[in-house]
Amino acid sequence: MEWEAVIGLEVHVSLSTNTKLFSGTASIFGAEPNTEANIFDLAMPGTLPVLNKEALRMAVKFGLAIDAEIGKRSVFDRKNYFYPDLPKGYQVTQLDFPTVGKGSLTITLEDGSERQIGVTRAHIEENAGKSLHEDFHGMSGIDLNRSGEPLLEIVSEPEIRNAKEAVAYLKKLHAIVRYLDISDAIMAQGSMRCDVNVSIRPKGSTELGTRTELKNINSFRFVEKAINSEIQRQQDVLEDGGTVIQETRRYDAERDTSSPMRSKEFANDYRYFPEPDLLPVEIDDTYIEAIRATLPELPDAKSARFVSEYGLSDYDAGVLTATREMAEYFETVARSSGDAKMAANWVTGDLQAALNKNNWDLAESPIQAERLARLIQRIKDDTISGKIGKTVFEAMLEDGSDVDQIIESRGLKQVTDSGAIESLVDEVITNHPEQVQQFRDGKEAVLGFLVGQAMKLSQGKANPGQVNQLLREKMQ
Amino acid sequence: MIEKTVAELSGALSRGDISSVELTQAYLDRINQYNSTLNAFVTVCEESALTQAAQADAARADGLTSPLLGIPLAHKDIFCTSGIKTSCGSKMLHNFIAPYDATVVSRFNDAGAVMLGKTNMDEFAMGSSNETSYFGPVKNPWDTDRVPGGSSGGSAAAIAADLCAMATGTDTGGSIRQPAAFCGITGLKPSYGRISRWGMIAFASSLDQAGPICKSAEDAALMLNAMAGLDTKDSTCADVPVEDYTADLNNSLQGLRIGIPRQHFAEGLSPEVEQAVREALGVYEKLGAQLIDIDLPNNHLSVSAYYVVAPAEASANLSRFDGVRYGYRCDNPLDLEDMYKRSRSEGFGDEVKRRIMVGTYALSAGFYDAYYRKAQKIRRLIKQDFNAAFQQVDIIIGPTSPHTAFTLGAKTDPVAMYLEDIYTIAVNLAGLPGMSVPAGLANGLPVGMHLVASDFAESRLLNVAHQFQLNTDWHRLRATAFEEGH
Repeated sequence: MEWEAVIGLEVHVSLSTNTKLFSGTASIFGAEPNTEANIFDLAMPGTLPVLNKEALRMAVKFGLAIDAEIGKRSVFDRKNYFYPDLPKGYQVTQLDFPTVGKGSLTITLEDGSERQIGVTRAHIEENAGKSLHEDFHGMSGIDLNRSGEPLLEIVSEPEIRNAKEAVAYLKKLHAIVRYLDISDAIMAQGSMRCDVNVSIRPKGSTELGTRTELKNINSFRFVEKAINSEIQRQQDVLEDGGTVIQETRRYDAERDTSSPMRSKEFANDYRYFPEPDLLPVEIDDTYIEAIRATLPELPDAKSARFVSEYGLSDYDAGVLTATREMAEYFETVARSSGDAKMAANWVTGDLQAALNKNNWDLAESPIQAERLARLIQRIKDDTISGKIGKTVFEAMLEDGSDVDQIIESRGLKQVTDSGAIESLVDEVITNHPEQVQQFRDGKEAVLGFLVGQAMKLSQGKANPGQVNQLLREKMQ
Repeated sequence: MIEKTVAELSGALSRGDISSVELTQAYLDRINQYNSTLNAFVTVCEESALTQAAQADAARADGLTSPLLGIPLAHKDIFCTSGIKTSCGSKMLHNFIAPYDATVVSRFNDAGAVMLGKTNMDEFAMGSSNETSYFGPVKNPWDTDRVPGGSSGGSAAAIAADLCAMATGTDTGGSIRQPAAFCGITGLKPSYGRISRWGMIAFASSLDQAGPICKSAEDAALMLNAMAGLDTKDSTCADVPVEDYTADLNNSLQGLRIGIPRQHFAEGLSPEVEQAVREALGVYEKLGAQLIDIDLPNNHLSVSAYYVVAPAEASANLSRFDGVRYGYRCDNPLDLEDMYKRSRSEGFGDEVKRRIMVGTYALSAGFYDAYYRKAQKIRRLIKQDFNAAFQQVDIIIGPTSPHTAFTLGAKTDPVAMYLEDIYTIAVNLAGLPGMSVPAGLANGLPVGMHLVASDFAESRLLNVAHQFQLNTDWHRLRATAFEEGH
């Protein structure tokens, strides 16, 4: 039987506010345990929450970016359960009236086709603390630094059909929140987390199968692997005549398998009810429009503009707008060099390769945009050839000095002196009489070989156009 | 001197008739003498009180004047006090020392009041007799075999026995007004949001409100002046301007329209209490007020709605008491589950556990609509009843409690105890200001008269109460029974 998967994602992103969601404590990743936790974060009796307005603003900004309905009246609720890293014994979240309602985003698949994926809702909630089970001699340690940090939980419609779409959706979300500057969204640090709901059904069926939820997935790659592994598992179960049990499973990336989590954890009745310590949050059109005015150009719009303004291919435009930093880098290179196509080739080619090889972020690259633009200019004004450009680029990775200085000091400047080129050409003609004869007999293709020989003699520095022209003249 | 009102003591202090240190010492002596009988205080801060009193005297010598400067005060043990134990009447917090002051506490500190100590209360403010306290029941100064009412029973008894000049309380369903009635003193529950809840240990967040417990309406006005006002640390605190609550005290009551709710003079009300309240209403008629019968048709639903909403909120509010970070933790827990179960089973008393269970049940899947949602609907109906009534009248008056203080141990049925608050609970559900003032005696025990005003009309409420006190002496009657045997 042919099967089809139905996938929905619940993505948590940590909002990059300066302080926590309901307390004035700073929110800093990696601080000493329990140094970023005040009396509210410790759930001292008598303490009360006060909403961080910045978190609300960020959530609304996200809602506008995915063209969602914005909740003019959002209500916080208490979700009750006991756990040592949940100091109040309840998590404050939004159940029935989230700040962000229905929206959607467009994903681009590997074949270049596009799909719209619905977002059911996005709600604001507080993070729990962390339980540490090592180094405490059989006891557990609690770190409440993370407790109360603002999260935005973004829930997709179950419209994703395979693992690759899921990854494309995640990457698009990642790009959007980074463009909006509302989250670092670093999966490895937990500032972007993903739970996956997966079910399968016979292809063409409209009924939904029993779903499982996968937790503990902390990279884009693992999302893809985890989904494929779960689809396969469910398929095996069903094809063996079994039934899929609705449960939460923990994915183990190392062994590429998942196992059920303790049943108690999902048998909870959370007893949600409206948080009486907070009033409903009311916002109006003026507030929403003021936030809309601050929206940056988003990846899809930027990509379309790169195609129309710079004549890039859809593919290049997509690659160059994957992150806001990359897009800004490219535009600087394109504008300063005056050649967008060359800029795109250099950025997606040599630069990207260097970043990958050295495991650098764009910000860590020793070649910043203005330097790369200068290099392109030097190729365009024939100071160096395109081929020598690669040599200069490699040198620029190690040598922070000015591009012109690198060209000068390493003697890479293109030879354009006609006397010098003439002697090169003469030498090639003398050394390769056979090929010269072939050319004279009408075999045009051999010219390339002869130009190559001349370039080699010049160690790549001769102007290939001049060499080409002079060779033709001399052999006629 | 110790029997005087805050207003009178303030005058005496400013005239130099007495110093704050002398006054504070007088109350401390009295606490030492009578607290073993009454059990009104759970903590007495002798040393820090005398230091504060000396500071107040020094400030006064430097020319500072303020109505509460140097006035000895007691806080209900529900308000967090930095460095001083805050137990909330519970074994769960018997060892808890808060690292911060409640806003109410800071405001009295800023006003120069002297904190004598912390008063006993029903555990987590759950009770109407002060019998649920981990520290034992408080005795009613009028008859030590009787309860002082609850949950602010310690504060009420302390005022009635002149162990302090003024005290704070909290009122979730009647916890200021009912003990005020039972102890023959004055108690005010302001509008919801009038006073910050920051640092006040939560019972039911949408109903809890702090207020003054004192000897006169004028004192309540002076205390409210210090307590009221916006606090950015409490999101539910109202951004409503704070008036000088003493400004309208002397307004004439000529033409005042007083609503008499039929439902508050119906079956269940003791004839002696009814008679006392009817006589008090006669006083108002003489002052030119007009009595108008009104209906609060949904009043009979208020106790049921309250005992869904309050326990539901409490069940979540009390989840933080888990033995992990502070408070009581059981000995030698086997594992996490065992620690939770035993810390909470051993740390909470029966009434608290009962309400946590009721609230947990009311919120559980499948029951939410039938209980919590329905209770919220009733709450809206009750509010509408009051809104309609205040179209017709300026103030609503009835009895605070159906009867006078009952005997310790007399009420063992929880539901009978819950019905104690039948006249007061609707006011919390509607978020209105309510007050109890002494209105006579029935068989030698105080009777409380209950006054209710519209939202944030505390000035009107205090004016109406003050005019009654100008024309009667019930609030001047002192309890003496507790002094016998000493």
